[in-house]
Amino acid sequence: MPKDHGIGAAQTRREDVRFLTGQGNYTDDINLKGQAYVHFLRSDVAHGKIAKLDTSAAAAMPGVVRIFTSADFEGVGGLPCGWQVTDKHGEPMQEPAHPIIASGKVRHVGEIVAAVVAESLPQARDAAEAIELDIEELPPVVDMKAALEAGSAKVHDDLTSNLCYDWGFVEENKGAVEEAFGKAAHVTTLELVNNRLIANPMEPRVAVGDYTRHSDESTLYTTSQNPHVIRLLMGAFVLGIPEHKLRVVAPDVGGGFGTKIFHYAEEAFCTFAAKACNRAVKWTSTRSEAFMSDAHGRDHVTTIQLALDENNNFTALRTDTLANMGAYLSTFAPSVPTWLHGTLMAGNYKTPLIYVNVKAVFTNTVPVDAYRGAGRPEATYQLERVIDKAARELGVDPIALRRQNFVTEFPYATPVAVEYDTGDYHGTMDALERMADFAGFEARRKESEAKGKLRGLGVNCYIEACGIAPSNLVGQLGARAGLYESATVRVNATGGLVVMTGSHSHGQGHETTFPQVIAEMIGIDESMVEIVHGDTSKVPMGMGTYGSRSLAVGGSAMVRAAEKIINKTKKIAAHLMEASEADIELKDGAFSVAGTDKSVAWGDVCLAAYVPHNYPLEDIEPGLEETAFYDPSNFTYPSGAYACEVEVDPETGKVTIERFAAADDFGNVVNPMIVEGQVHGGIAQGVGQALLEGCVYDENGQLLSASYMDYAMPRADDLPFYSVDHSSATPCTHNPLGVKGCGEAGAIGSPPSVVNAVVDALQSAGKNVTHIDMPLTPARVWAAMQ
Amino acid sequence: MPDIKMKVNGVERSGSVEGRDLLSSFLRDDLGLTGTHVGCDTSQCGACVVHVDGEAVKSCTMLAAEADGAEIVTIEGMAAPDGTLNTIQQAFQDHHGLQCGFCTPGMVMSASALLKENPKPTEAEIRAYLEGNICRCTGYHNIVKAIMAASGQDVGAIAAE
Repeated sequence: MPKDHGIGAAQTRREDVRFLTGQGNYTDDINLKGQAYVHFLRSDVAHGKIAKLDTSAAAAMPGVVRIFTSADFEGVGGLPCGWQVTDKHGEPMQEPAHPIIASGKVRHVGEIVAAVVAESLPQARDAAEAIELDIEELPPVVDMKAALEAGSAKVHDDLTSNLCYDWGFVEENKGAVEEAFGKAAHVTTLELVNNRLIANPMEPRVAVGDYTRHSDESTLYTTSQNPHVIRLLMGAFVLGIPEHKLRVVAPDVGGGFGTKIFHYAEEAFCTFAAKACNRAVKWTSTRSEAFMSDAHGRDHVTTIQLALDENNNFTALRTDTLANMGAYLSTFAPSVPTWLHGTLMAGNYKTPLIYVNVKAVFTNTVPVDAYRGAGRPEATYQLERVIDKAARELGVDPIALRRQNFVTEFPYATPVAVEYDTGDYHGTMDALERMADFAGFEARRKESEAKGKLRGLGVNCYIEACGIAPSNLVGQLGARAGLYESATVRVNATGGLVVMTGSHSHGQGHETTFPQVIAEMIGIDESMVEIVHGDTSKVPMGMGTYGSRSLAVGGSAMVRAAEKIINKTKKIAAHLMEASEADIELKDGAFSVAGTDKSVAWGDVCLAAYVPHNYPLEDIEPGLEETAFYDPSNFTYPSGAYACEVEVDPETGKVTIERFAAADDFGNVVNPMIVEGQVHGGIAQGVGQALLEGCVYDENGQLLSASYMDYAMPRADDLPFYSVDHSSATPCTHNPLGVKGCGEAGAIGSPPSVVNAVVDALQSAGKNVTHIDMPLTPARVWAAMQ
Repeated sequence: MPDIKMKVNGVERSGSVEGRDLLSSFLRDDLGLTGTHVGCDTSQCGACVVHVDGEAVKSCTMLAAEADGAEIVTIEGMAAPDGTLNTIQQAFQDHHGLQCGFCTPGMVMSASALLKENPKPTEAEIRAYLEGNICRCTGYHNIVKAIMAASGQDVGAIAAE
């Protein structure tokens, strides 16, 4: 019987009822008394000098409260970058100022030039049209290779060039890697693009700033994955507001996928303007604004080389990547192509020597930062594509080549600085082979061919590093914050619990899964546990949700706090039953004394803590509330094997996903229904990247894919039902739940198998196609076939 | 500012709107029915779907004034008066057909319109019908499954949850 309670139960979600009845409380649903509305005037050119900005006529328009320009932000800090990368020469990256409102120059289409606050949104929009803005265009920097050439125009005049950093990893290995390539029996080389994407959570960003003059308190309601991080960044680095005077609330948030991690100019603006105007100020992004102001993702251009010996063992790997930073450094941007990418280049394989070079480049485009997977999809894609290409060049089975090179003994220290604690890569591949029916592929291919279609099968593996991160380690690597998580568990007098967690749920279902863990620990019903998150005034501290870290880090903090509670309740129970604390057992919501029939209920012990008439007051305090901070000792390493089958229409180049199977190792699973849902969504985003999605700038830096008319989001009829499996599980060894994280796997693991499948389909028709860059649109596939 | 009247979720409502005001903003801002969401400005995403005189309509694509005299149902009008979820809503919960919940109101309203015109749609018919509703979280797997289940079809054979 499957469990219906506690860890492992596929419980339906308690948050669903409010979402299904229109009772969610998203930021745009918040309207404060007397609020004004802001409309941002944004640059429509990529690079230029602001020659004229006259707001006088606009200021006289009906309903205008105040118009803000960069002059209003003199003395206000710019948006901070949270990660400093050190280059291969030991020098810090180039770090430009990142103003709230453009000052002097504009550096990307969509950058804020002025802000109109008015009584109504239509009035703010009308007034913005009356602002006289004259931008003298400068040569735009769009292409990364051109940006690094001598004589290129510069995005930032005060920097020496458009190079943010030139990172080598591990620099000491470079010579040995070169030597191994010199001795290789075979070298496979692949140049590829990891296409620029836009995260596109369905809820656009919203910010509502509020200010209470009598107490000098500021409040920001915002669409964030990490309200405490926004409080820290905005309070300490931008506006100079101490924590006790600044509250940040992220209520129901309609999807994040990374792009709602970062601290944005609009958040700081609304908080600042609320104080300046002494009234609430609200901004709701349109989708068109989102395309040109949400941080973008990916955008790497890479050359990867794999060296093999005469027995097809991988002997060395080297990669050269150009990574687009856009015009400014978004909050965690520098970490994505470096520490979240280079450290994963070993993948599932025991390649002994690896060297990764990344040059990060400034261009006149929207800043680029973490998007679902963040660095790990880029690593996985290039590695799994080059292995597939090597297998074809050598005429060996791509699965056999992978299996031959799998890491099989754990812990395993990679040559790129991380240590995998557990994994079973043959196990997930076995699960995939069972699920994907490889044996039936040839028959399915014949059926497709009978219809005039080509059929291809693509497979890949992946590994990722989740649960970021040991604070002392990431501190050495340049992180400017700790990356622990905190939780407070409050037990009420009648036995119910409230967990205040720094993790944030924006679709992941924490309100359902976190109580399952507590229910399992105490042996009570989930309905006795309530989760509070997303408000800095209610939750003491938090680092938020990203990098598949909520359960591995936030859940671990909750377990540690609950353990403190259980230890204390055992002391109380021992007192009540006049027994030794060591003999007390907690099971099914009751304390018993081992070897006796003495028992006292959970609720009675909780009541005693608040009505301490018969209570060990000399030893312990009354009350039941405990806080824990959990700082992980390592990353977690989910892994898996994915298979995709496609049909290609040779007449049009259109690719159809016919079958998709994903076998993942997430360690222990709290709620399989939710885990599978996370994988489904990740696969859809990965398939989207592989077949549909691409952010396109023209040579002038104009964003061509700036709406859903031009940016192809995956729709229901682009995708099949997926087969997913997480039965091949090796629990994480270093967190109390043995969990690894599942949020990003689908997006990391799926693009290479799609492209591998299309290449397989085309080669089955005798086409000498070894690579097509994503997205594999019909036009690209058709062109490759000619 | 024209005055308009419409029946919303069975209740007569009225208001004054500007000619350029959209039905979606009238529902959200004037009537406080914030369950109808706005996810784009090009009539693509479908988060704002409501029923106007029984037809599924993207409320960001209709002027409020055009809905004068119409009968409107929003997501707030789908459950029973005592709060019991209707068959489609319950199927979405049972089959995990939602994650962040932002596209969900539009999905439920579209699914409801689909099942009215096609009580037992195939997988392909469901996927085709949802072409105007974008979800970024679920990969559509559990949405399609939920709609099949809501129409009384056995979804046990679908490979995975």
